[in-house]
Amino acid sequence: MKTLIARRLIEAVVMVFLTTVMVFLIMRFLPGDPALVYVSQNEIDTATPEQIAEIRHKFGIDKPIPIQYVNWIKDLAHGDLGRSVISNDSVNDEIARALPRTMYLGGCAFVLSIILGIPLGIVSAVRRGKTADLISTLIANVGITAPTFWVGIILILIFGYYLSWLPIQGWVSPSEDLWGGISHMILPVICLTVYPMSAVARQTRSAMLEVIRQDYIRTAWSRGLNERQIIIRHALRNALIPVITLIGMNIRQIFGGQVLIETVFNIYGIGKLSVDALFSSDYAIVQSVVLFMAIVVVLSSLLVDLSYGYIDPRIRQD
Amino acid sequence: MALENTMTIQKFAEAPPRISSTRRLLRVFMGRKIVIFGIIIIVLLTLMAIFAPWIAPYDPNAPALMNTLESPSKAHLLGTDQLGRDTLSRLIYGSRVTIIVSVVAVNIAAIIGMTLGLIAGFYGKVINVIIMRAMDTIMTVPPILLAVTIAAVLGGGIKNVIIALGIAMIPPYARMMCGQVLSVLKKDYIVAAEVGGASNLRIMLSHILPNCFPPLIVLLTMQVGRAVLAEASLSFLGIGIKPPDPAWGSMVSEGYQNLMIAPILSMAPGVAIMLVVFAANMVGDGLRDALDPKLRGTL
Amino acid sequence: MSVLLNVTDLRTQFKTEAGLVKAVDGVSYHINHNEIVGVVGESGSGKSVCQMSTLQLIPTPPGQIVNGQICFEGKDLLKYPANGPDMRKIRGSEIAMIFQEPMSSLNPVMTINQQLSQSMQLYQGLNKSQARKRAVELLEMVGIPAPESRVDNYPHQFSGGMRQRVMIAMGLSCKPKLIIADEPTTALDVTTQAVLLELMKNLVNQFNTSLVLVTHNLGVVARYAQRIYVMYAGRIVESGTTKEIFANPRHPYTIGLLKCVPRLDEDRSRKLVPIEGLPPNLINMPDRCSFLPRCPYRTDRCFNEPRPGLFSVGEGHEAACYVNMTEHLQSRSDKPVEIKSAAPKVAKAEKAKTDDTLLKIRNLKIHFPVTKGLLNKKVAEVKAVDGVSFDVKSGETLGLVGGERLRQDNGRAQHPEAAGTDRG
Repeated sequence: MKTLIARRLIEAVVMVFLTTVMVFLIMRFLPGDPALVYVSQNEIDTATPEQIAEIRHKFGIDKPIPIQYVNWIKDLAHGDLGRSVISNDSVNDEIARALPRTMYLGGCAFVLSIILGIPLGIVSAVRRGKTADLISTLIANVGITAPTFWVGIILILIFGYYLSWLPIQGWVSPSEDLWGGISHMILPVICLTVYPMSAVARQTRSAMLEVIRQDYIRTAWSRGLNERQIIIRHALRNALIPVITLIGMNIRQIFGGQVLIETVFNIYGIGKLSVDALFSSDYAIVQSVVLFMAIVVVLSSLLVDLSYGYIDPRIRQD
Repeated sequence: MALENTMTIQKFAEAPPRISSTRRLLRVFMGRKIVIFGIIIIVLLTLMAIFAPWIAPYDPNAPALMNTLESPSKAHLLGTDQLGRDTLSRLIYGSRVTIIVSVVAVNIAAIIGMTLGLIAGFYGKVINVIIMRAMDTIMTVPPILLAVTIAAVLGGGIKNVIIALGIAMIPPYARMMCGQVLSVLKKDYIVAAEVGGASNLRIMLSHILPNCFPPLIVLLTMQVGRAVLAEASLSFLGIGIKPPDPAWGSMVSEGYQNLMIAPILSMAPGVAIMLVVFAANMVGDGLRDALDPKLRGTL
Repeated sequence: MSVLLNVTDLRTQFKTEAGLVKAVDGVSYHINHNEIVGVVGESGSGKSVCQMSTLQLIPTPPGQIVNGQICFEGKDLLKYPANGPDMRKIRGSEIAMIFQEPMSSLNPVMTINQQLSQSMQLYQGLNKSQARKRAVELLEMVGIPAPESRVDNYPHQFSGGMRQRVMIAMGLSCKPKLIIADEPTTALDVTTQAVLLELMKNLVNQFNTSLVLVTHNLGVVARYAQRIYVMYAGRIVESGTTKEIFANPRHPYTIGLLKCVPRLDEDRSRKLVPIEGLPPNLINMPDRCSFLPRCPYRTDRCFNEPRPGLFSVGEGHEAACYVNMTEHLQSRSDKPVEIKSAAPKVAKAEKAKTDDTLLKIRNLKIHFPVTKGLLNKKVAEVKAVDGVSFDVKSGETLGLVGGERLRQDNGRAQHPEAAGTDRG
């Protein structure tokens, strides 16, 4: 098990490194000269070539690409993500401002998708063909079908416009105003939860159906155990193995959803930050955001691998 | 001889009741009403896209500033948008973007991904590590964000959206193909072919490839739904085909501006997206159950 | 001897795409106290389904028990809802079942202790530590070395034979009055088979338990069972004491089964006679003797009359056949099938031995490295094949026999040339 962890850790580091290379290369292909963007943003009307060269030097984009990369990595190692060419703010500050919002929303959606999705899938598998199964299968199938942003718009229409129950735009930090924060989070969190929850429910259902046909479940029945004991103690753990893979993938999915949902609800989180930065060729922000997401995704898949070991003794052994 | 005979007897005894495999396939595939529903939706959508100019009641891009944001009426079944364009006509024309982008992108991804997976699985070792790590790297970035980024690099336009989505969707195919190749390679008939002196290329093409197809066809169908969603997301964010041409995602986005006055502008294209994705998923589920029920759970 | 389990007219069916499969079609039998009974038949004869019906372990749907009575100590088990408390109590403390596949019948993510003691805690009122103690005792009883530490292992840490021992321990753990062993040794090595059967026999005697031994191997029942039921196509076609059935088989199917058992004590020139043809498709069977298409003794009567029921052919001996086998066997002196071809073949093979060698294996070694750590450092080696030499000559049949399955499997998978030698 220790070897496994060490191996995965090394792989994770390699993955993050490869991602930095990929991100960096893609960014250099972004159209638009960052210096010119900076010039137009800061309303320096008459930028002389010297001034532009100076700006290029300031952002370090006058050097050859490999050196730019090395410099970027060096700065990263010092915890410096660079400067936005739009706002001239440090990217660290931009991200520090956006990150809590994204983490609140994404974290809630991630946890909810698991604690709702797994029971939904279990019920549906155990009551296969019954009304409960039909309802939860329907929910799950619609859930993986509905576009996230559209779900957001429907919720805004119903709960915001028609019922006026909940605020529909913006963000209030829950640490400052608890109810205000929560009420602003409800709709976006629902939107972000729908798809991953449905995917988890579908996966749990099919894994469960597969497991309850296994010989060892028949053995458990032959030992006089009741359905509850069999489902919870004998079947669930086996069924969770494929579900965990999916849960790991859901983190990407939720990040992706946030790109859309933060736009719909006008919340300045990581997702909206990255889209806006992309549209304005603010690559310092984009590369930092993508790198950040990559690190989270790599770490989460590391956790997924470790939890396999926890659940499945066969993996623990080698 | 004798022992062999008793063995065949046993083997056959365990085989399921024999009925023709194509018939079984069709029966399972068509057996569920929901699968047939999916097929009908997809056929209708395709017809709608092909015959758009004949079906659409109005020119989808012709503004009529006299009657903007009209509610549904006999003249405009789904109302008009902020420029007075007929929503139904735009919806019909929008299906073209949906179909072209999703089908072409999925196929590009499938061809590249399968080739990479085949090479990785067959040659193994270093090549496998390089290819699969590259795939993992792509997979560390959320597909939507990756597609948005690539589209931003390449610039808008339907072609570039297809390329962006195509690249973002490569990894699942490569992974699946690689896994399939590895499992097929272990089977006795491949060993037999190897012993029989078949060349690598020959083994790859004539033995491995056909055996990998069922799961890949299923994956392909399933991915069409995801591609439709991804395309809609991109055009919702304003990436993709340029206005005034209609795409469902951008219609939702435009409608969002006037949500209070004319909710149908957002709702109609959203329902259309959902229907198509639902149909593609159901056909995918049906294909999976018919071709390879073991995949249930993995796809 | 009193009756422990009495099954009458049991019918279990499966709904499949192709139609209704009558897997068990009107079967009646009984098991006495302290008795070992063999149920014999080919795969697909309904013998396993029949036994699983007893505990209502048939997956429903597609399966369904449509008719019958299963009386266990006077209680009709089929009156109980399939997974209800009464049925569970029977499973947990009266009737135990040992399944065919030790590899897949144990839960891979639970320790042996967890799997053994859960039911004991439920039905014998033991607490956690008592149950664990009992589990250790049981493992010791079935001959698992170092049971105190092994009890906390997972199934994948046991070999196939050991897992089946665990299954037997499980079967015994509920102190059952009846153990149903569904092909308990089929998936195992020959040597392990014998050891386990002997073990089961001893334990069953020790605990005064009845045992139903389901198998397709007549050799197994001959040694252990007191009575035998022969099943074919979902029905019992012959029943009687083991002695009687071996000495005086009355159903052509039983005779066929007896003929395919190789016996070392016989001349090699005796040909093993396969039962020609395939077991019938259990869908839409005509109302005729189901063995008819494969029967070498069939008469016009068999074609014209409905399916024969069981009738008595001796003391406690019943068979479902119109043909009077005694006459047949006497008049044709036990050889309904000619053996002409066998003798020359042997001669030919012997002659061929002098001919050219097809395959020569000299000092074949296949070693697998055992690696450890990050860098795959080689720490040991498994010598799967270590210096094996043999020749295969043209026309010869060579058998490679061994207790350790691994060696042949690896030789086969990785080096198909070596596998060729098995086939000769």
